[in-house]
Amino acid sequence: MLKLLKGIWLVFLRAFTRPVTIQYPDEKPYLPPRWRGRIILSRDPDGEERCVGCYLCSVACPVDCIALQATEDEHGRRYPAWFRINFSRCIFCGYCEEACPTYAIQLTTDFEMSEHDRRNLVYEKEDLLISGTGKYPGYNFYRVSGVRIGGKDKGEAEHEAAPVDVRSLMP
Amino acid sequence: MNEVAFRLPIIAGVLVTLLTLSALLIWLERRLLGFWQERYGPNRVGPFGLLQSVADMIKIFMKEDWVPPFADKAVFVIAPAVIIVTVLMSFAVVPFTPSIVVADLNIGLLFFLAMSSLSAYSVVLAGWASNNKYSLLGGLRASAQMLSYEVFMGLSLMGVVMLAGSFNLGDIVEAQRDLWFCIPQILGFIIFLIAGLAETKRIPFDIPEAEAELVAGFHTEYSGMKFGMFFVGEYLGIILISAMITVLFFGGWQGPWLPPAIWFSIKTFLFICLFILLRAALPRLRFDQLMAFGWKVMLPLALVNLTVTGALVLAGHPSK
Repeated sequence: MLKLLKGIWLVFLRAFTRPVTIQYPDEKPYLPPRWRGRIILSRDPDGEERCVGCYLCSVACPVDCIALQATEDEHGRRYPAWFRINFSRCIFCGYCEEACPTYAIQLTTDFEMSEHDRRNLVYEKEDLLISGTGKYPGYNFYRVSGVRIGGKDKGEAEHEAAPVDVRSLMP
Repeated sequence: MNEVAFRLPIIAGVLVTLLTLSALLIWLERRLLGFWQERYGPNRVGPFGLLQSVADMIKIFMKEDWVPPFADKAVFVIAPAVIIVTVLMSFAVVPFTPSIVVADLNIGLLFFLAMSSLSAYSVVLAGWASNNKYSLLGGLRASAQMLSYEVFMGLSLMGVVMLAGSFNLGDIVEAQRDLWFCIPQILGFIIFLIAGLAETKRIPFDIPEAEAELVAGFHTEYSGMKFGMFFVGEYLGIILISAMITVLFFGGWQGPWLPPAIWFSIKTFLFICLFILLRAALPRLRFDQLMAFGWKVMLPLALVNLTVTGALVLAGHPSK
């Protein structure tokens, strides 16, 4: 019986504490920078698309919400012809971001993406692609990797040694 | 005729006030529950969310007023009216101030008990007429609960009657001029409070509608304004029990400085808040616990209270 009264008293005391509610639309909650929200495709510092169409995000996606078609431009540089994310399926797990070798696909702190029509949740490449670099400002995949594209041959990337002439390696 | 003409404004005033209050109580309960659970409760519609009740009412009036085809139609329609009528009838005898009382009955207390017993019919009939097993279970539980708690509710009040020497509620309030009955009748007060909780079917005694087990108990099949009437009836019941506690144990309108109506409102309001606090704090009892508690603990206590009070009153008046 005493315990009952003590419980009632404790609940009564709650009246003098501040509510923990964050009144969302009026009062924006703090979101950590690594928040996993709306997915974007970023560009490298030169303004080119970072995505190289390797399909790793699509493979890593546990709900199969990412679809794309890789293609190549005249310089031999790979890019997605189209890139589609179905946000009505996406579970915002961030596996695509972890799988991406070029920091192209990134999750942002935006979560306000409700729609009246479900079809509007299917984002195409032009909806996904942003003009900036996202979380990795200086990174440019083609400048640091050994891949040969037009205007950059083997050995011309940053910190890359010139290719070894295998015929000079004779003992 | 003159008598009626004189009473009419009082009747209208009491009716309008009570119905408005019972609508506001929906807002008050949700707000208070919110504060006791560290959240805000409804605060969007109007200032402090005060218009929430209005929004709820508009919504509930727009709802389809549906009678299930398998229900006993006449009884199904009458049942929600019964609860409102009986509770509002009980308010007829409540003395809000020395002058504001609809019917100054000399057996006011008995009339209140009779009306609150009749309100059990509403629940039972609703459960029966719905022709649904959950509703029937809810109605069965309600009848058992209300009948068994009615017994010691009446007994717990007899101590007050003995001390005041009258069944008239106005006289009972007058008798508390020097000492509120909550002190000599502390046991009676506690028993009446618990019985009142059971009578209004509030947590921890809300087993007739126990949403975790019985969907919504006796009003499972009700929708629209018929459901709304059960709701308003429940809130009116809370106001009624709070008002009765104020009248019987806490000196009614009496208090220093402030006018009687204000005193009555303050005391009643505090008890309404207590009802809501109990809902915020306590879990629901099991049905067998409820019955065992009622018959094995509360009834003997009420009888002890009755006999001791009677003996003391007799000792105080040896001539009688």
